[in-house]
Amino acid sequence: MQKLLLLGDEAIAQGALDSGLSGIYAYPGTPSTEITEFIQNSTFAHENHIHSSWSANEKTAMESALGMSYAGKRTMVCMKHVGLNVAADPFINSAITGANGGIIVVSADDPSMHSSQNEQDSRFFGRFALVPILEPSHQQEAYDMVCYGFDFSEKFKIPVLMRITTRLAHSRSGVERRKDVRKQNDLKMPTDLRQFVLLPNLARKRYKNLLKDHSAFVAESDLSPFNKYIDGADKSKGIIVCGIAYNYLLENYPDRVVPHPVLKIGQYPLPRTLVEKMADECDEILVIEEGAPMVEELLKGYLGRGIKVHGRLDGTLPRDGELNPNLVAVALGKPDTYGLPVPELVVGRPPSLCSGCPHIDSYYALSETLSNLSNGRVFSDIGCYTLGALKPYEAINSCVDMGASITMAKGAADAGLIPSVAVIGDSTFTHSGMTGLLDAVNDKSPITVMILDNGTTAMTGGQDSQAFGKIEDICRGLGVEEAHIRILKPLKKYHDENVAIMKEELAYKGVSVIIPRRECIVAIDKRIREKFRNK
Amino acid sequence: MKKDIILAGVGGQGIISIAAIIGYAALGQGMYLKQSEVHGMSQRGGDVMSNLRISHNEIASDLIPFGQADMIISIEPLEALRYLPYLSSEGWVITNTKPFNNIPNYPDPVLIMEEIGKVPHHIALDADGLAKEAGSTKAANIVILGAASPFLGMAYEKIEDAIRFTFRKKGDKVIDLNLNALKAGRDFATKNM
Repeated sequence: MQKLLLLGDEAIAQGALDSGLSGIYAYPGTPSTEITEFIQNSTFAHENHIHSSWSANEKTAMESALGMSYAGKRTMVCMKHVGLNVAADPFINSAITGANGGIIVVSADDPSMHSSQNEQDSRFFGRFALVPILEPSHQQEAYDMVCYGFDFSEKFKIPVLMRITTRLAHSRSGVERRKDVRKQNDLKMPTDLRQFVLLPNLARKRYKNLLKDHSAFVAESDLSPFNKYIDGADKSKGIIVCGIAYNYLLENYPDRVVPHPVLKIGQYPLPRTLVEKMADECDEILVIEEGAPMVEELLKGYLGRGIKVHGRLDGTLPRDGELNPNLVAVALGKPDTYGLPVPELVVGRPPSLCSGCPHIDSYYALSETLSNLSNGRVFSDIGCYTLGALKPYEAINSCVDMGASITMAKGAADAGLIPSVAVIGDSTFTHSGMTGLLDAVNDKSPITVMILDNGTTAMTGGQDSQAFGKIEDICRGLGVEEAHIRILKPLKKYHDENVAIMKEELAYKGVSVIIPRRECIVAIDKRIREKFRNK
Repeated sequence: MKKDIILAGVGGQGIISIAAIIGYAALGQGMYLKQSEVHGMSQRGGDVMSNLRISHNEIASDLIPFGQADMIISIEPLEALRYLPYLSSEGWVITNTKPFNNIPNYPDPVLIMEEIGKVPHHIALDADGLAKEAGSTKAANIVILGAASPFLGMAYEKIEDAIRFTFRKKGDKVIDLNLNALKAGRDFATKNM
């Protein structure tokens, strides 16, 4: 079969389609978005009625997947690393309920924060929940691991976490598909209809069960095709290398032969026998892992009095940021390479709001409205509009997590910062803003919430917004007074009018919602191009 | 044969299309390929780059090591300079001379060209102008690809075939326009190598 040229994300999606997937659940988030999009664009998925529409957030996605697993079908949940924080409640508990149909949770980490607020390492979540983790080093492995993961999940009745990083997610390479494409599972209820009932007395039993299974997971890791012990003659050092870091190790040996013993990790919990073998054979161990020093810390122990371990903790590798072949070269004691220096005149070219973006008009109006007050009153959120923090706008003062604009504005108002303003996008509002708005309404907090409605999830590339056509109804339903739900059109020609409306609502000592509504300029462009294509 | 290529530009300038065309031509010859792209936030008018590696042998890293790239292909002159630390001592810079100015502190273009002139092996051309002559400024990325074509280690016809394949759904007119743009870039490079 001819190889397909696929992004790591796409390889995972294709792997799921070829493994009998019945439904994928996700909220868009870089670098995970393309997994779900691949399935949304797949004719095979349409013909076979595979669910693929977006969820309101990662928690609802995780729970829907758990329901599909309950019904006996294979399902995948995808999110970026911080999305797993949102889905943490069902994720951790799903380890206790266990699975029925196979379930794989894909969490895409973003070391070096190319498009994120932090670089948290999802492997800690897997370890925390006691679920097995798969971590591919290349696109083919990502593809192969999906079917393996589903089989594992059904064999041990446990969700499996698949951890990838930006570099794998967004790098393309040849992938060969398996010959035996699996059919979808039939509808099949759990054998024990109380399996998913986590009442304390039942949960205690299931937790003991999970602890018992954990030893089996360790044994499976020792035998896993994704954990390989590759012997080497020079035992002065052994190398434990996880996921994509394996590629950077090999890059440093043009003939692909590493002189030291190498333990390549692709499945967790760590394979105990193989790790012991390395510790017995080698004088010291170098751990190369993308993300946080999880394996290194485990091996080193709190006091570091056992085996000699090098890695991110002792400065052999940097403590933060994405790895690359050069950093690994230096850790191996090899010379670094570098081309010409960047000339001094080169300046940064940060991302910016597009020319014609509706957020620009919203921000200019808001900044003028607030110009007579002291600075620092605008709490914002995650999306394109976060770029309003940069010059020339400098219009917002916070960006923490999905939905935090409304609740932080409320807390600041509670503290006496009146007026406080929240700025949130339409899709972020339905992701995690609605509950915070209810808190504010119940407390009659003097805040003004601007819901920037551009009709799409713009930052991640224009996915459908779950908020579309529903925002006013949601606000009314949550108890925002009709007179204080104001819709305006963010255009230069309405600037004075918009400033006047904002001033009125800022003066109101209760919850007001302003909805600047104009379609994303990129979305319009895309829509027009598609219209031409279909003609 | 192995070529490590840094593709540079500003979000929306078409570096992914160049990567796709070279990639298609490489795969057609049974070569291995790895191509790392930038998605997400930086695409909003920020600097974007892609690591493209093609080789007859299996490729390990998705990232090209610093100091080891065979060429930097850039659709924008300032962006060409940003990635110089990746270039090997024998490497080539192939760049557009036409600035994409979307920042308030964009440096003096004359000084940018002086810096490009200091790179031992470089080809700098007005790809926008040549693309316009070929029929559309949209094909500036293809002109740059044409200028890079003598350094790719593959037959020119293979790249032409890849263009025909890439634009197959857009009709003969678009294909011819892009083939002309490719040739314009190629001719400039062969005269100025």
